[in-house]
Amino acid sequence: MDQSLSSQFVNLLAALLLLLAFAMLAQRRVLTLIKLFAWQGAALTASTLIMAYATGQGHLYYSATLTLLLKVILIPWILHRLIDQLQIRWDIETLINIPVTMLVGIGLAIFAFALATPISEMAGSLTRATLGIAMASVLLSFLMMIVRRKAVPQVIGFLAMENSLFFAATSATYGMPLVVELGVALDVLVGTFIFGIFFFHIRDEFESLDIRHMEKLKED
Amino acid sequence: MEIALVLGFPLLGGLLLALFGHKRWAPELNALMSLTTLVAAAALTRRVITGGPMTALDEQFFVDPFNVFLVALTAFVGFTTALFSRPYMRIEEHHGRLNAARLRLYHSMYQLFSFTMQLCLLSNNIGILWVSLEGATLATVLLVSLYRTPASLEAAWKYFILCSVGIAQALFGIILLYFAAEKVIGPGGTSLLWTHLYAVRDQLEPTVLSLAFVFLLVGFGTKVGLVPLHNWLPDAHAEGPTPVSAVLSGLLLNVALYAVVRSKVLVDGALGRNFSGGLMMGFGLLSVVVAAFFLSRQKDIKRMFAYSSIEHMGIVTFAFGMGGPVAAFAGLLHMTVHSLTKSAIFFTVGHATQKTGTQNMADIRGLIEQSPAIGWGLALGSLAILGMPPFGVFTSEFLVLTTAMHEHPWATPFLLVALGVAFAAILGKVQPMVFGETNLRRLPHAPALVPVFVHLAIVLMLGVYIPPYLVEWYRQAAAFIG
Repeated sequence: MDQSLSSQFVNLLAALLLLLAFAMLAQRRVLTLIKLFAWQGAALTASTLIMAYATGQGHLYYSATLTLLLKVILIPWILHRLIDQLQIRWDIETLINIPVTMLVGIGLAIFAFALATPISEMAGSLTRATLGIAMASVLLSFLMMIVRRKAVPQVIGFLAMENSLFFAATSATYGMPLVVELGVALDVLVGTFIFGIFFFHIRDEFESLDIRHMEKLKED
Repeated sequence: MEIALVLGFPLLGGLLLALFGHKRWAPELNALMSLTTLVAAAALTRRVITGGPMTALDEQFFVDPFNVFLVALTAFVGFTTALFSRPYMRIEEHHGRLNAARLRLYHSMYQLFSFTMQLCLLSNNIGILWVSLEGATLATVLLVSLYRTPASLEAAWKYFILCSVGIAQALFGIILLYFAAEKVIGPGGTSLLWTHLYAVRDQLEPTVLSLAFVFLLVGFGTKVGLVPLHNWLPDAHAEGPTPVSAVLSGLLLNVALYAVVRSKVLVDGALGRNFSGGLMMGFGLLSVVVAAFFLSRQKDIKRMFAYSSIEHMGIVTFAFGMGGPVAAFAGLLHMTVHSLTKSAIFFTVGHATQKTGTQNMADIRGLIEQSPAIGWGLALGSLAILGMPPFGVFTSEFLVLTTAMHEHPWATPFLLVALGVAFAAILGKVQPMVFGETNLRRLPHAPALVPVFVHLAIVLMLGVYIPPYLVEWYRQAAAFIG
């Protein structure tokens, strides 16, 4: 596989990542949201593998394996078990105003590209446009966390943001040093567990996972 | 060697207390592990003071006067807070707010929290710094919700989400930093080491670094509690157990600020103009002013002192933003005295709320009559934090103000007004709590007041006389920050 072909592949996967970020923004069903998140992880794994192959950076293979295990298999599995136990598997969230959210999302994507242009031009690696895409997906995940009113989708938004950050790291810099990636992965895993514990506490206390019930602490 | 001990003791303590944290002697073990950490930190400090900066374990760890000063402070306040938490948590258990399983979680997470903070300070790798700072959030989030009340769950959720999102921004900043560094140093582990980054900082790409700094400041600034990213802070401080409020306020905010200052030094070297300093001054000043005006509106005593922490972190951020040896010296001194005074205040506030059974300031009255030590502790602590001479806070605030008048006169009125408003607000609320009529019950365990007065005595000493070796130490650290 020559450089231009692999570069095209990574760009394709980057586009896919952005598309998935938009899809998650508009998705009402919790179960589908988890599936989309797993697909995002799969796209991330594939792009990391291609980067590893094209650049000959050995540690990217470990990074891809880690992503596969953690973000395509383990975390979606944990989330599946959680929504089963919480009995919200078929939950549908009423999202207000999807078109407006999407328009804001498009605005954010344009802003991210504008912000990334001067930096992308310096990128020596085989993927130039991807830094903008990564930044756009970070902002889109951020937006998703803001507009969601339920606890589980908020957490998926956070995990999607983490995915986008990993994509930024692999596409712009051939990945962070392995020790850092391992540490970040550990944090994400522990964080997911704590979120899981939290879901049960919140449901027990408020009898709902709707965080609108949690707006007592305010300034008078 | 000392580094391994400073990190090893709290880690070991976390593991031991995860097994035995519910036993009757667990609070003593917690204090003992904190004491050993403090001894190790003292040994490390001694070594750095005499031998100069050092690196260890393939340059993964790095100690210089700046971070060793925070290591020592963190270990010291960690130890005194463990002493305070001994009777405090027993009383909470006696009042039926906690059970054995929660106490085990508390003790174990307390030690792990110390571990993550020390790792954050000692790591030479900015990536590991990020990992451990996020680890510190993870360790404390279950402590904030320890009482499992609706309000504490809400506070913990807010804390978790806001700090995780904030720190995700910092990770993006680190990726950008790595992107710039890798061009100069080449790919691999060394491109994220502070020591290597500082060596080449004038060659790093300025546009990338300025963008990186914005992300780093927003990310770590969320943890420092800078306005407008401060929303989690008052809730987390008010709803968690008081020892946790004391270490969050006295230590975690310092550690997050440490990360900001390290980034600033790096970025200043690359940019050559005061881009980062301007941003920090802006955020700092905004925090001081907004927090001061929020102080007078508080009803909950812990919330009020949480806002006071935002205000003081704003002062320190502003001082570091101004830069220069005097301002940096003042910033370091203020970090020290704020952390000692604020934790002392939280100790007294903790016992006061246990005595009265409420955190509502309107219901706390006449502390001095019922238990003079708690009353005097709160009164003196409040005077100290408000910057009354002869306490150390006065010295550092005075230095910040005079430097500001000299170099950025426009900022002085804002600072003075904010300090005045804060003074009126806190004094007006503390005065009736300390004096006034009351009939209060006795606590089932003797309150821990030694840490309070030890802290206040140190702050008083720092206001009257700073020992020459300490001055030298601050100077060395300040020279590095510049």
